[in-house]
Amino acid sequence: MNVIEASGLGKRYGSTWALRECTLAIPDGHVVALVGPNGVGKTTLLNLAVGLTAPTVGTVTVLGGTLAGSAAALDGIAFVAQDTPLYKYLSVADMLHLTGNLNRRFDQGYAKARLGELGIPLTRKAGKLSGGQQAQLALTLALGRRPRLLVLDEPMASLDPLARHDFMATVMTAVADDGVSVVLSSHVLAELERVADYFVLLSRGRVQVAGEVDDLLASHRVLTGPAAEADSCAERLCVVHARRGEALAHLLVRTNGSTDPVPPGWESHPVSLEELTLAYLREPGAASLPGPVRAGALPLETGEPTEVSQ
Amino acid sequence: MTALTMPAQPRQDASLRPVPWRRMAWVTWRQHRLTVAGLVAVLGAASVYLYITGEQLRHQGFVSYGAGPVLSLTAVLFQLIPPLIGAFVGAPALARELEAGTFRFTWTQGFGRARWTVATLAPLALAVTVAAGAFGFLFSWCYGPQIDGKYVLSPLAATTFDLREVAFAAWTLVAFAIGAVAGVLIHRVVPAMFATLVAWSGLAVVTGAFLRRHYEAPLVTSNPNLPNGAWIMSQRWTRGGKPVSLSTVNQVLQKIGATEAAPGHFAQNPAFGQSSARASASTPGNASPAQYLLHHGITQLATYQPASRFWPFQWIEGGWLLALSLLLIAATVWLVRRRAA
Repeated sequence: MNVIEASGLGKRYGSTWALRECTLAIPDGHVVALVGPNGVGKTTLLNLAVGLTAPTVGTVTVLGGTLAGSAAALDGIAFVAQDTPLYKYLSVADMLHLTGNLNRRFDQGYAKARLGELGIPLTRKAGKLSGGQQAQLALTLALGRRPRLLVLDEPMASLDPLARHDFMATVMTAVADDGVSVVLSSHVLAELERVADYFVLLSRGRVQVAGEVDDLLASHRVLTGPAAEADSCAERLCVVHARRGEALAHLLVRTNGSTDPVPPGWESHPVSLEELTLAYLREPGAASLPGPVRAGALPLETGEPTEVSQ
Repeated sequence: MTALTMPAQPRQDASLRPVPWRRMAWVTWRQHRLTVAGLVAVLGAASVYLYITGEQLRHQGFVSYGAGPVLSLTAVLFQLIPPLIGAFVGAPALARELEAGTFRFTWTQGFGRARWTVATLAPLALAVTVAAGAFGFLFSWCYGPQIDGKYVLSPLAATTFDLREVAFAAWTLVAFAIGAVAGVLIHRVVPAMFATLVAWSGLAVVTGAFLRRHYEAPLVTSNPNLPNGAWIMSQRWTRGGKPVSLSTVNQVLQKIGATEAAPGHFAQNPAFGQSSARASASTPGNASPAQYLLHHGITQLATYQPASRFWPFQWIEGGWLLALSLLLIAATVWLVRRRAA
C-alpha cells in the first residue's frame, strides 16, 4: 500500500507553479523524509496530500487509493502544519476536548498521559506554552487521533536542539508502538538521517530522488583521486556531482549496486545522507544523470521497486 | 513500477460514518462564547434603554412626549447594530482562522471543513437573527404606538422601517452573511470587518433610496390631504394632465402673496398686505393656497405608499434579505471547500 501516491501532480498559484509533474509513490511503514530547498514545493505537496489544497493538474491519493481530502482520508491522516497552529486562547484541556469532538476517535487517555510525562499542564492556555511545548501539544493531538499516516510539515524548524530531539523521540515511539507511517518535510538534514528510512528529494517542483535510505546509501560512493584524472574517470562512471580541488577531486558516483573496481589511484568511501542530498541539490537538473532526474522521476532502478502495490 | 503508471483509483470508504453534527456544538460554543457574550451585552444594554423609554412613553402619554428628535437620534444609533454585528460576529468567524493559520489544524480534522463551516456559521447566524428579531419587537413595542398611531413619521420611512421586527432581523442576518463571505475572501480580520461595514452600508443605502419604494406600485392621488402615515414618493403640479413647472405655480400664487416653500407647503409673503386681502376676496370663500391653485385648474398629484403596507413591505424586505443571506452563506461554504491553502 502507498500512503501517498501522486501522478502528474501539479499546483499553480496564479502564474507560478509551486509543484509540477510530480509523480511519486511512498510506501507505508516508513518514516519518510521529504527534502528540498526552500520554495521547492514541499509544503504544497503535503497540503495536497492532506486535502488542504486541490491540485491544478493530476491526482493525489492517500492510504492506498483514497482521494486526498475525502472523509476517509481525513479520518486516517493527522497533519501537523508548519509552526503548529493551535487556538492560543484555549487551554490545553480544551484543545484536547476540541480535537476529540472533531474526530471519530481520539485517545484522551493517551494524550493526557503523554502531556503529563512532558510536564505540560492541562490548565495552561496553548498560547502560553513554549515553542517546544506547543509543538509537542500539536503532535500529541495528532497522535491521539490514532492516525494511519502522520504528516509533519517542517516540524522542527522553530525548535531548539533539545526540543527537536524530544519531538522526534515522540514520533519514533509512535512508529514503534503503533506502526504509524510518517511523512515529514524538513531542511534540517542532520536530524533526518537519524530517523528517516525513506527519502524523497524534491527539486524545482519535481521529484529528483526517491527511495529507501539504505538502498540509496548502498548505491552511491564518493571517489577521491587525482584531479588530473577526474575527467577520464568520470567518463566511465555515473557522476552525480564532482568537486575538484587543486590536487584532489571528489566524485560522488552512482554505482547502481555494481561492483566495478575502483580505478587505480582512487579511494572509495561510503556517502552520508547529507553528502548525497547536497550533491543532488547542487545538480538539480543534470540530465546526464542516470535514473531519477528525468521529469516525472521514477525511483532508482536498484533493488526491488518497493512502490509496486502488493 | 506498474503501480506508478496506472491511474490512481480514488475510492471512498462508504462504511465510514461521519463525525456527528452535535459534536460541533461544543466546539462552536467554546470558540464563539465571548462573541455571543458581547452580542448579548450590546443588545441587552440597548434593550434596557428601549424598555425604560417605552415605560416612560406609556406613563407620560405619546402626544405630550416630544420624541421626534430623540427618536431620530436613537434610530441612528440602532442602525449601527446590524453592521457592527456583521463586522464583529460575521467577519471574524472565518477570517480569524485564516489569519492565524488555525484552519490548517481544523480543516484537516476528521469532521471535514465544509461541515465545520456549516456547523460554525449556522448557529451563529441563527443566534444573531433571533436576538435581532427580539430587539426589533422591543423597538416596535417602545416606539410603535408613536409611529403607527400618531404618525410623527411614516412607518415606512427609512429612519425606523428597518429597525422593526422582520426587517431588523433580516438586516442583521445579511450583515452576518456579508461578514462571513468577506472573511473568507479577504483572509484577514480587520480588513474583512471594514469591507463588511462598507458593503452593508452600501446595500442599506441602495435599498432605502431606490429599492424599497418599488416593492409595490405606489398609489396616486390628487387629494392635497394625504392619508396619515403615507410615505410620499413624489409630488408634482399638473394642469389638464400636463406637468406644470414650479415657476408657473409660483406665478399664480403671487396673486395671493404666497410661494411654495416645499412640496405641499406654502409660505405667505408678509409684505403683500392689502392686495393679498383683495386677492383672497376675489376667490370664493377664504381659500388656502392649495384651493386657490385648484381654482385655477392646477392640481397636485402625489404618489405614495400607504401606511397599511407596512407588514407586506416588512415581509418582502425580510424575504429577499433572507434569500440573499442564505446565498452568501452557501457561497462562503463553497469558497471554503475550494479554497487553496
